[in-house]
Amino acid sequence: METFDSADLPELLKLYYRRLFPYAQYYRWLNYGGVTKNYFQNREFSFTLKDDIYIRYQSFNNQSELEKEIQKMNPYKIDIGAVYSHRPSQHNTVKLGAFQAQEKELVFDIDMTDYDDVRRCCSSADICSKCWTLMTMAIRIIDRALKEDFGFKHRLWVYSGRRGVHCWVCDESVRKLSSAVRSGIVEYLSLVKGGADIKKKVHLSEKIHPFVRRSINIIKKYFEEYALVGQDILEDRESWDKILALVPEMMHDELQRDFQKCQSSLQRWEHLKDTASKYQSNNKNDKCGPWLEWEIMLQYCFPRLDINVSKGINHLLKSPFSVHPKTGRISVPIDLQKVDQFDPFAVPTISSICHELNIISTNEEENEAESDVKRKTRGYKKTGLAPYVKVFEQFLEKLDESRKGELLKKSDLQKDF
Amino acid sequence: MQFSGGKMRKQRLAGDQRSACYPHSLQFYLQPPSENISLIEFENLAIDRVKLLKSVENLGVSHMKGTDEYQNKLEAELRRLKFSYRENLEDEYEPRRRDHISHFILRLAYCQSEDLRRWFIQQEMDLLRFRFSILPKDKIQDFLKDSHLQFEAISDEGKNLREQEIIASSPSLSGPHLDMETIYKIPFADALDLFRGRRVYLEDGFAYVPLKDIVAIILNEFRAKLSKALAVTLHSIPLLLSDENQRLQPLLNHTGHSYTGQDYSTQRNAGKISLDQIDLLSTKSFPPCMRQLHKALRENHHLRHGGRMQYGLFLKGIGLTLEQALQFWKQEFVRGKMDPDKFEKGYSYNIRHSFGKEGKRTDYTPFSCLKIILTNPPSQGDYHGCPFRHSDPELLKQKLQSYAISPGGINQILDLVKGTHYQVACQKYFEMLHNVDDCGFSLTHPNQFFFESQRILNGGKDIKKESIQPETQPKPSAQKTKDASSALASLNSSLEMDMEGLEDYFSG
Ligand code: SF4
Ligand SMILES: [Zn+2]
Repeated sequence: METFDSADLPELLKLYYRRLFPYAQYYRWLNYGGVTKNYFQNREFSFTLKDDIYIRYQSFNNQSELEKEIQKMNPYKIDIGAVYSHRPSQHNTVKLGAFQAQEKELVFDIDMTDYDDVRRCCSSADICSKCWTLMTMAIRIIDRALKEDFGFKHRLWVYSGRRGVHCWVCDESVRKLSSAVRSGIVEYLSLVKGGADIKKKVHLSEKIHPFVRRSINIIKKYFEEYALVGQDILEDRESWDKILALVPEMMHDELQRDFQKCQSSLQRWEHLKDTASKYQSNNKNDKCGPWLEWEIMLQYCFPRLDINVSKGINHLLKSPFSVHPKTGRISVPIDLQKVDQFDPFAVPTISSICHELNIISTNEEENEAESDVKRKTRGYKKTGLAPYVKVFEQFLEKLDESRKGELLKKSDLQKDF
Repeated sequence: MQFSGGKMRKQRLAGDQRSACYPHSLQFYLQPPSENISLIEFENLAIDRVKLLKSVENLGVSHMKGTDEYQNKLEAELRRLKFSYRENLEDEYEPRRRDHISHFILRLAYCQSEDLRRWFIQQEMDLLRFRFSILPKDKIQDFLKDSHLQFEAISDEGKNLREQEIIASSPSLSGPHLDMETIYKIPFADALDLFRGRRVYLEDGFAYVPLKDIVAIILNEFRAKLSKALAVTLHSIPLLLSDENQRLQPLLNHTGHSYTGQDYSTQRNAGKISLDQIDLLSTKSFPPCMRQLHKALRENHHLRHGGRMQYGLFLKGIGLTLEQALQFWKQEFVRGKMDPDKFEKGYSYNIRHSFGKEGKRTDYTPFSCLKIILTNPPSQGDYHGCPFRHSDPELLKQKLQSYAISPGGINQILDLVKGTHYQVACQKYFEMLHNVDDCGFSLTHPNQFFFESQRILNGGKDIKKESIQPETQPKPSAQKTKDASSALASLNSSLEMDMEGLEDYFSG
């Protein structure tokens, strides 16, 4: 794969926005079938240009205007904001207070930096294939709940381009949710609580809520390979002391002794489970047994959501198919059928797809007759971006289907009268 | 609602009309009263309801809500102040009418600031909860219908299918079977207070709510309606207070002010602090929550959003000017290797915003203890929040040791924390820090901590005195108010101070 050099970014962006960016699908998404008047027109976009110049309140009348503007500005980063009461580009001309954010997708941001206290392989902005499993688990847990518990149908998961994932929930009713309900949803989905000053961040109650139980079941599928083998969370004294801090004092001595005798995290974990269940039977009050085991698993694996991103209707979030200016990777949709196989390091960079495009173009140069339009529309299809656009299209298909279903229902209702 | 000058012009209704007015001892207050009342009655009703709500608040602090003692005392209080409380009592018209009108009067007084609204909504909700809890079972459906709340109960089949899940989700249910429980199926968003804490079973977008928990839904609905209504009221006040009702204005101000503290958004102190004093002030006069944020900022040269808000507004409240704030944050962030340009483009906007210079131009108010303790708890990498509420006791202890608090003091503080008396614990810290026996105030705000500390350290010469005393005497309305915004400003004298301050400091 072509390596990415950020010095080339301005040139690459030009090519990317001219030949590769999937405008048609992008517009089809945000226009939502044109059902609500001015839905696309009142949507805020913001661009980050070279040298971190940040411009908010961009809005466009139609696809071609959006296309032209993007190609003119060649933004380093594109963010999507809310649908407002008026055109965001004219927000200054509207009476004070009248310009209001009205709707937006419900979004989630899961960022690997929030897991620094439980990752042993990397820290802050770095990721590797070992810790990526955290994101895999996060997607599975959150997505299951959004679908089965909340009944949300249209969930688009996107790789952020660097160290995390985003989720856009696009159901019509969801886009209308108040910010109080949005926070409520995040709270429902949060189990790991407390800042740097709290050691034990997960506390389960006697009764285990089905959401928690189902989340634990998902984590169980990964825990051994991810935490015990990959992260080796009980490898040495220093690492197991961190876990003992989550365990009731009375078990410490015994576990310290046992741990020293063991050879691997796997064995130590077995010991911990045994000891916990032993203590549970003679101790009614302290939560040992599976609770303790689960609390540790959850603290080490359960997704950590940033509530501020989800809560505000007017909060901006990096757009799908935007480029990450540091890594050059495209923010691509993730295929939920293949979450386990998703590899952030295999995601195309802007250099790789531009390179692929150039090879194709030179091969086809003889074929001068080809129209510009045709070239543009098929640009991405011959590059590594194609499968990801496909995932996006499948998502759009489903949105269309729901909309048709809704329309049918409505016209049926009318017939009844 | 109309307020007449002096004379009573109360309409008297015939018996059956009267009971049709108020079918229940509790209400959702969907319709404002339409009768005329005298200024004297207006005032008396306002005072009585404030007394009632104040009792609701006090009882909620001193007793566990819902215990027999709580219920009995609250009932006694309602009876004493002649407000309605029980169904099936003989002629309840007058108490219900009082309840109705006084609620709407307080909406006027308590719509005017976020803190007031929050306080009012909280007490009104507790009151409704109490009244609902003593409503006879057979009246519940009726009340729900009259309040436009309709819920669908699920079939036995549907119940059996989800029995285990519903039981595992609902703390209010005990026992292994649902048996006689009625379970309602309602759209999840209507069950916000239940699902946010995972206290209800959710499936495919619906919450399965046992009858016992339905009160949470009702309260949620009530809160939503009330907070919307307060917003509307706020906007219509200038109309209400047109000429003839001028006299209400001081009354409303006073009612609202009597029970909440100062909001510390004033800019009176702006410019009285220099940036190089902050390190010292942070150890001598900052409450622990701010001391910890300051330390984290100096060490990491960065704070995440929650910390920037909590600390930034506090600094504004103690007197940093906008220019100083920009300089202060920039200095740190740039030390943390942030590109100065990036700072200008990203953070500087937010700081200006929090000073009301960008965007909506709302002037953000420094957070009160209550807000810090109850909302937006810190998560990984955050340093905001209240150390008494959001730290493990062990770590809190270490922290206090590092602040050189005596072991005896630390134990007292930890005991208070265990009893969830966070603000009292903080007062104790204040006393230790300043070596006084009794701090002499009850702490509600980090900025109050700061001002009180400065007062002691400056030996009583209190430069900031004027700004920490809530205005007790409402200002006479100086200028005839012409447009809505200035009318509003004069409604609340502290708000007015605020605007002047901002103008002074930032227009020149
Ligand atoms: S009680 Fe108030 S002032 Fe004291 S630390 Fe907590 S939030 Fe800060
Ligand atoms: Zn890693």
